Amino acid sequence: MTIRTDGVAGPVPETAPAILAARDLRVEFRGRGERAVARAVDGVDLDVRAGEIVALVGESGCGKTTLARTLLGLERPTAGQVTFEGRPLGHRARELKAYRRRVQLVLQDPNGSLNPRHTVYDAVAEGLRIHHGTTADERERVAAALSRAGLRPPERFFLRYPHEMSGGQRQRVVIAGALVLDPEVIVADEPVASLDASVRGEILDLLLRLRDDLGLSALVVTHDLGLAWNIADRVAVMYLGRIVEVGSVEEVLTAPRHPYTRALLSVLPEGRTGEPIILTGEPPDPTRIPGGCRFHARCQVLASGEAERAGIAERCRTEDPGILSAVPVAQVACHHATGQDGRGSPG
Amino acid sequence: MNYLEVNDLTVTYRTQGGPLPAVRGVDLTVEPGSKLGIAGESGCGKSTVALALLRLLPKSAVLGGRVLLDGEDVLTMKWGRLRAVRWAGASIVFQGAMHALNAVHRIGDQIAEPILLHGGVTRAEAARRAGELLEQVGLPAARAAAYPHELSGGQRQRVMIAMALACEPRLIVADEPTTALDVMIQAQILRLIDRLIGDHGISMVMISHDLSVLADTCDRLAVMYAGRVVEEGPAAEVFAAPRHPYGQALGAAFPRIGDPASRRNPRGLPGDPPDPAALPSGCSFRPRCGVAEERCAHVDPTLWPAGPGRRAACVRVLDGTVEAPAARTAPETAVEETR
Repeated sequence: MTIRTDGVAGPVPETAPAILAARDLRVEFRGRGERAVARAVDGVDLDVRAGEIVALVGESGCGKTTLARTLLGLERPTAGQVTFEGRPLGHRARELKAYRRRVQLVLQDPNGSLNPRHTVYDAVAEGLRIHHGTTADERERVAAALSRAGLRPPERFFLRYPHEMSGGQRQRVVIAGALVLDPEVIVADEPVASLDASVRGEILDLLLRLRDDLGLSALVVTHDLGLAWNIADRVAVMYLGRIVEVGSVEEVLTAPRHPYTRALLSVLPEGRTGEPIILTGEPPDPTRIPGGCRFHARCQVLASGEAERAGIAERCRTEDPGILSAVPVAQVACHHATGQDGRGSPG
Repeated sequence: MNYLEVNDLTVTYRTQGGPLPAVRGVDLTVEPGSKLGIAGESGCGKSTVALALLRLLPKSAVLGGRVLLDGEDVLTMKWGRLRAVRWAGASIVFQGAMHALNAVHRIGDQIAEPILLHGGVTRAEAARRAGELLEQVGLPAARAAAYPHELSGGQRQRVMIAMALACEPRLIVADEPTTALDVMIQAQILRLIDRLIGDHGISMVMISHDLSVLADTCDRLAVMYAGRVVEEGPAAEVFAAPRHPYGQALGAAFPRIGDPASRRNPRGLPGDPPDPAALPSGCSFRPRCGVAEERCAHVDPTLWPAGPGRRAACVRVLDGTVEAPAARTAPETAVEETR
């Protein structure tokens, strides 16, 4: 396949059906004895299509990990729906077990997700045993998964323990554990956050090759916009429980329209061109999501008076820009951006 | 005169398996008011250098060479003098403020502690000073009564910086001060550090695995590999046009958004750093180097002039057979141009 050379257009046709989808998904948490409800995911529509890599980016606490866990069936949505190949995700134990064979999770921090007392072989075979029991071809399947994850020759790694390996090798073991069941979708939560830059590139290259060679779809949850530029086809930017901007990587990262996306990109230290937009404070608590546009209290466009001059400041403070739809075109949840260029307003 | 001058620093850990050379002859200089960045992968010795500057290493570490702080050698100081120099001469900001702060003491008391220890002041004066320091780092003085767990990661890092400033040191050593923080919080903290350092005329040594952060923050940059500095020079130049093959590989691993060369093309560096107990012969980067030659197995290159104010430890730099790669230009599709 020659997917990587095709430049700006994504490798997945826009008409391809979604393999994994969220519709008006909401996940709320209530602390013990607390009245306040944390709206961790507060209305999200998102599609991951076959063979597509989608990056879900946002800061700590924006709800991106909760959204990923809900897509995996690890959290039950308060409202809305997760569908896989068009069918709603069932939450009975048997349904979930079958689902989790096809949609696999790759966790951040391989030190935490590998059992220090299990060999590499056992770590990778565990998923097989859970789903199929001990099978005759177990050894071959473990070896195949390890070599697909770049640990070759696989037999050399069978009897190693996590502490005998480097951070990059451990992350490859975690990925091999996901691959051994031949899943269709991988959900990776910060797959390279704890790795050195040199190793990071190697692991991202592996994820990209798995898509090219096996047609794997992936949802990659990250705070790293450079990661999205490196491997993703589409990117969704999340702020306080909602996707505030979505589109192809080229559109969102080189021509960002939401003030939040613009600020995030402006503070990246590498290859900076303009004056950084440093937002003050930290995102509010999801128990206290501001009314109107949820970003308005920190928005540089509103603070600078630009929104006032455009005559929309009142809407920013009082009117919710709404939920972006899952259609694969660039969209932004911002009164100012949609008022300015008139394209891609939600709803 | 340089405020900090490190000459031929060596650190060897005594272990059951024999001596482990973690730092193998490092020379560094920091002029007053300037910022030096030290970059490298995990295990390259950069944090060991940071700790050695204040002699904070465990007993198993054997140190050699000299660490001159304002002309005085830290490595041979008596304990009493060393205690006075820590905090007041130079202080350190650690990574992971959650673990570096004491969980059971209020943050105001933790900031006041070094002030009380160092300077004949009353408790009330120290507490007032702690409040001032909190305001300098952008937190309300009333937060002095908070415990570390009541603060966010970014706020805790601000507290760490307030502590480092408590005794008005002339040098701050910051070890991964923004690792694990979100990009916006990282930008806030880096701007804060920059402003405080400028206001107080402090020098800084910043350690990070993130070359891009150092290039953006520091004046000069040293890249470490396997216990040595393999490249150094003005930070922006070392990041944009590295001369050492390791510096080139490390720089290429940082994607530039908008740069077509890194789109759907993540780049890393295959292999792992060498085991310090079993270093390869010749150049220690040779097994991972894409342009290694036969002679690299025999020659252990030292830092060699590689342009104005720059040095690199590679035989190709030494004999002039390497031309600097073309500086990578800023991406065409810059954020500001798209509005």
